[in-house]
Amino acid sequence: MKHHHPILAITLARLREFVRRPEAVFWVYFFPVLMVIVLGVAFRNQKVETFDVDVINGADAASIVENLKLETRIKPHLRDEDESRERLRTGKTTLAISGGKSDGNDASSPADVEYLFDPARPGSLAARNLVDAQLQKSAGRTDVIKSNDVVYSEPGGTYVDFLVPGLLAMGLMGGGLWGVGYAIVDLRIRKLLKRFMATPMRRTHFLFGMMTSRLIFMIPQIFVLLVVSYLLFGVKIYGNWFSVALVVLVGAIEFAAIGLLVASRAQTLETASGLMNLVMLPMWTLSGIFFSYERFPELVQPVIKLLPLTPVIDALRAIMMDGKSITTLGPEFAVMITWSVIPFMIALAIFRWND
Amino acid sequence: MPSAIRCTNLFKTYPGKPPVEAVRGINFEVNVGECYGVLGPNGAGKTTTIEILEGLSPPTSGEAEVLSMSWAKDANAIRERIGVSLQETQLSDRLSVGETLQLFRSFYRSGVDPDEAIARVSLQEKKNAWVKTLSGGQKQRLAVATALVGDPELIFLDEPTTGLDPSSRRELWEIIEAFKREGKTVLLTTHYMEEAERLCDRVAIFDSGKIIAEGSPAELIRSLGAEHVIEFSIDQNHEIMDDELIRSIPTVDRLDKSDSQFRLTVGQPHVVLPQLIQQLADKGISLSSLTTRHASLEDVFVSLTGRHLDDENAGKAP
Ligand SMILES: Nc1ncnc2c1ncn2[C@@H]1O[C@H](COP(=O)(O)OP(=O)(O)O)[C@@H](O)[C@H]1O
Ligand SMILES: [Mg+2]
Repeated sequence: MKHHHPILAITLARLREFVRRPEAVFWVYFFPVLMVIVLGVAFRNQKVETFDVDVINGADAASIVENLKLETRIKPHLRDEDESRERLRTGKTTLAISGGKSDGNDASSPADVEYLFDPARPGSLAARNLVDAQLQKSAGRTDVIKSNDVVYSEPGGTYVDFLVPGLLAMGLMGGGLWGVGYAIVDLRIRKLLKRFMATPMRRTHFLFGMMTSRLIFMIPQIFVLLVVSYLLFGVKIYGNWFSVALVVLVGAIEFAAIGLLVASRAQTLETASGLMNLVMLPMWTLSGIFFSYERFPELVQPVIKLLPLTPVIDALRAIMMDGKSITTLGPEFAVMITWSVIPFMIALAIFRWND
Repeated sequence: MPSAIRCTNLFKTYPGKPPVEAVRGINFEVNVGECYGVLGPNGAGKTTTIEILEGLSPPTSGEAEVLSMSWAKDANAIRERIGVSLQETQLSDRLSVGETLQLFRSFYRSGVDPDEAIARVSLQEKKNAWVKTLSGGQKQRLAVATALVGDPELIFLDEPTTGLDPSSRRELWEIIEAFKREGKTVLLTTHYMEEAERLCDRVAIFDSGKIIAEGSPAELIRSLGAEHVIEFSIDQNHEIMDDELIRSIPTVDRLDKSDSQFRLTVGQPHVVLPQLIQQLADKGISLSSLTTRHASLEDVFVSLTGRHLDDENAGKAP
């Protein structure tokens, strides 16, 4: 039988165990793809956004409906007041319009129409403005200045283009933490780690073997995701392929190192998965997988940029969407490398090998 | 002759509330080429001791020397020359027998070919089978093969046959005997007395973290003073028997009573039996069981501790 170097032997054993577990292969490779498909379809660019609004039954209601029908983006529905309020409360409609007779806020000048909406609800303000403009127009107001709408949809600038780098990075994070962390705790529970320690196996060989196998699992994961996004949604890489590969590699090493740290002392799978979720949860929400972290207060943004996941996403977006060169990504690489080296060193120092 | 293992004054206390003094002053020496058995009930400190010798856990105090080297200085050199099978290791289910041994072989600078290790434990037919398809006995043989693949001079086997059926147990015994025939050294823990009697040149009987007897199985049995055991039970209250009368029968060395049985250690069963039966007949008592056998290491343990090896909680002081 062939005689392998220990790193290769450990890597091979891990790969074999992995591919012989079809359910694991499915979750690792197809779950991110499923996310791209679902989110890509849900947020595909709609040609024209339409607004469903309620017109409350009462004086002028019929004429309001008639006037609103002239604007194709508005879909008015005539309803009773109680029903309409219920629909507002439960979020089934974003805007209700009631005509005439109201005293308004200022008793001296009673309003002709009243808009009921929650400005915090997405789309409600847009609906209100569109409806108002249409009603003003049909009442005789003319535009003072001429304006023209140009729909912005450059390639590389859609939500799916934004999403795919985020999901790639998320896959690297989940794969690294689970692929390395879970596997190590499992070996520890089965006393196999202890059994290995009774052989002359070097500790660094073991750790490198675990990390190498993880880097190899990652290749099809990234590849499948990129191909599916391209075929279904036309997502392309505007920058350099090699740069993407480099970010992916460093990102994978980073999360493998963090996975190692998470697993370094855990003695049960519950502890390990609790720790992993604790590590991943803030990054899922803060690092900008699904929406830009610019939405968070200015004050916390420097902190967000120091999280392990953020630079991976930022660098991938910069290369894939904006075609940036890798030379502009120094700060991102600095954060990623720091998060690779320090967790690895700490893990090595505190690792529980024998029990 | 140099010794393969020498340990002096080993102590191991596991921290906790209260701390557990698992090993309390162990001294022994194993010669090269010897099969040494560590015998004792659950919790006696066998695993703790063997793991100190395997370099897997440091003793709280005391010294362990393996193949004339110390764990502190020559850990890797020792590991190249020993083979280990732990009490509870779950090898990877989804690797084949051959792949498992290839993995273990890769850790050693020199060793035997995985195929050779497979042959030594007679698993040739299972070479390509996944570990999860193996029977308990086959898994245990594979565990021993992982200990052999580095071509060791000394192997440590922690309860290699516990939980196996008799025929699987015998297969393992043959593997161990073949290893011994090459002049190599074995340290084995077990709580099966017949296993120790068959395989071991010398045994140490452990109880509560200490060695309570050491020697060859034959010596230990001889130390009982009488080499046969008669066990019997009666269908009436034990009080009815006159213990002194039984002890007065020639060659009776010892009488132990448990809830269900009388146990006599005797020199000559053919002298004792007729007189015993006569005593029963005089009182009109009938026997519900009667057996006679050669004394075993089990009897040595019972005579030293008053307990049986497989008693529940046997490790705890009575
Ligand atoms: N890691 C540990 N932590 C605390 N106590 C332990 C540990 N390992 C073993 N013990 C205790 O030490 C004693 C000896 O155990 P062990 O060496 O496993 O005995 P044996 O192998 O003879 O059954 C037992 O009381 C056991 O509960
Ligand atoms: Mg044990």
